[in-house]
Amino acid sequence: MYRYDEFDRAMVLDRVRQFEGQVARRLAGELTEEQFRPLRLQNGLYLQLHAYMLRVAIPYGQLNSRQMRKLAHIARTYDKGYGHFTTRQNIQYNWPRLADAPRILAELAEVEMHAIQTSGNCIRNVTADQYAGVTADEVEDPRVYAEIIRQWSTFHPEFAFLPRKFKIAVSGAVGVDRAAVRFHDIGVFIVRNAAGETGFEIWAGGGLGRTPMVGRKVSAFVAREDLLAYLEAILRVYNLEGRRDNLYKARIKILVHETGTEDFIRLVEEEFAAIKAADGDLALPAEEIARIRAYFRPPAYEALADDPPALTARRFEHRDFNNWVRTNTARHKAAGYAIANISLKPAGLPPGDVTADQMDAIADLADRFSFGEIRATHEQNLVLADVRQDQLFDLWQGLKAIGLADANLDHIGDIICCPGLDYCSLANARSIPVAERITQRFADLDRQYDIGELRLKISGCINACGHHHVGHIGILGVDRKDQEYYQITLGGAPGEDAAIGSKVGPAFSSDQVVDAVETVVNTYLGIRRPGERFIDTYRRVGDQPFKENLYAAA
Amino acid sequence: MPLLKHGTITDDPWVHVANAEDLPTGLPAIISLDRWQAERDALIARKEALGIRLESHQPPSLIRDDLDRFALVALNFPKFADGRAYSHARLLKERYDFAGEVRATGDVLRDQYRFLHRCGFDALEVSDAEAAAAWKEALGEFRHDYQPAARGAETVLRRRHRRQAA
Repeated sequence: MYRYDEFDRAMVLDRVRQFEGQVARRLAGELTEEQFRPLRLQNGLYLQLHAYMLRVAIPYGQLNSRQMRKLAHIARTYDKGYGHFTTRQNIQYNWPRLADAPRILAELAEVEMHAIQTSGNCIRNVTADQYAGVTADEVEDPRVYAEIIRQWSTFHPEFAFLPRKFKIAVSGAVGVDRAAVRFHDIGVFIVRNAAGETGFEIWAGGGLGRTPMVGRKVSAFVAREDLLAYLEAILRVYNLEGRRDNLYKARIKILVHETGTEDFIRLVEEEFAAIKAADGDLALPAEEIARIRAYFRPPAYEALADDPPALTARRFEHRDFNNWVRTNTARHKAAGYAIANISLKPAGLPPGDVTADQMDAIADLADRFSFGEIRATHEQNLVLADVRQDQLFDLWQGLKAIGLADANLDHIGDIICCPGLDYCSLANARSIPVAERITQRFADLDRQYDIGELRLKISGCINACGHHHVGHIGILGVDRKDQEYYQITLGGAPGEDAAIGSKVGPAFSSDQVVDAVETVVNTYLGIRRPGERFIDTYRRVGDQPFKENLYAAA
Repeated sequence: MPLLKHGTITDDPWVHVANAEDLPTGLPAIISLDRWQAERDALIARKEALGIRLESHQPPSLIRDDLDRFALVALNFPKFADGRAYSHARLLKERYDFAGEVRATGDVLRDQYRFLHRCGFDALEVSDAEAAAAWKEALGEFRHDYQPAARGAETVLRRRHRRQAA
């Protein structure tokens, strides 16, 4: 993975020193909270319901075992012994003290990490496909370009005070989208044109929140050297034209929508042409791409065969292990290796939460089985990307020992969930307890397997951090006369078949919502055709059968 | 009001003139875009140097063809979170080759000084002379710059490959 050179290192160290000064001025009363707010936000420090919250960037979800141990150390030393992996491949700490924040950043800098631009109205941490570099069907490794974008966007002087936050995702996969690319302010797909050259298909204006929208394709092919010039053109158009009169209409999706896709593209193309004509320093030299690509060279795989006897025998002997292999591992581009997903969704516990001890253990497992590297996914899980198939059983036992061997990936137990009213000052309702109750209700794995692939996502408010709009089943917490209610949406999808779910009917009380989910699931089970996933059935029949069963008594 | 120009506190020779006020004789004056558009011919006939003040919703493209008539463009920040003027300054300096002074007015925090500098602002109207020290400190807070802008160190990317080539 990428390693800092002297310049990258200087950049984060300078940032730590700068933030120390800012915190000192705040603690001394020289800065008001209002003045301090944008500064702490651009360092990932939020003021939440009960305490400060620090969001640490994991650029494009990639980290090594040393960094994971540092995250464990921070959880233990400055927090309450755990951290929370987010839908943006970051990690959050919920209880740090303001006075400790500069020290935490200094500790992160020791392992080449930071909290830069994890909040604020700026270009946020760039995300990427978690199977980058190990999936067979890939044009190129997206992490190379994600790192280039990370550097370009870091402390960009023109784009630190955009109308609203700005999220970029990159994927190099063909035919499948694991990074919800079309739901980002800018989505970048690495593609190859007819001449065989690598470039980028660019989407813009996607997003969830109050007004969910699937992005629009704004360019079918941007040449490799023009990536940053094209991104800068979009950002400049947005900075100048994006709405600043209404917080809820300030994202680029509203600009694209109100301007119209064609006119928006025209504005971007004009700006892009002007940037290119100026012949500045934005053109991306092949040497820099090569330099960064070298960091992402595949590890030294051994010559192995798929499905070794050691694996097949264990699968035969251990039903639980066999389940885990079936649900949580994916095909690797190198024969004899597997991509192993660690579900952070044990039944009855907050999705995405990991204790310091678990983090340390995961770091050890990564060292033993996966070249010391780990990835965080936007679905709030972790990935060990390079595991020998004949070592999967040992890995699984290691995961079992720390309670993280749940074989529920992409099933109803694998819920995406925001922190909700237990932590967040924006939330209208709690989301974690709902997730916990649903995972308990569906704790029986055989039942989950019978249901099959089902993406359930929960947000505690309309800001949709829990991605409920793109859940096959989405749950949105709302506040009704100080009571928590939950709206159910059906039919959303985050990936290559991107769709926004639609509301099925009136909201349910906290007491009713788990039953309602079960009714939806049972309705599906009753009408599905052989081989149909939940989403397939929904697309075939619409929401009528679900509505009838949900609201039959009324 | 003190003026911080290229990091030093200087006397501000310019006078901001409200729309209803007469222009002062013998002094360089900063006028609004409205006034410029309403009284263009009379203002061109005037001998003293002229500056124009643009609000954050008034892009400099509106005066692009007249830029050589101005010795100064003031870009106003109605609130520090309104970042449009950063783009405006870059366009003035990098695309329109404006050779006069680009000045920031309005709500600017110390922690934005470096961004102002990099986007091409020459001067900043400040409330006290202390700002000079803060400016110096803010500019020195980072040793390197990743991306090109109106001003800044040679980009990290250039330095890397210059070093490799050497």
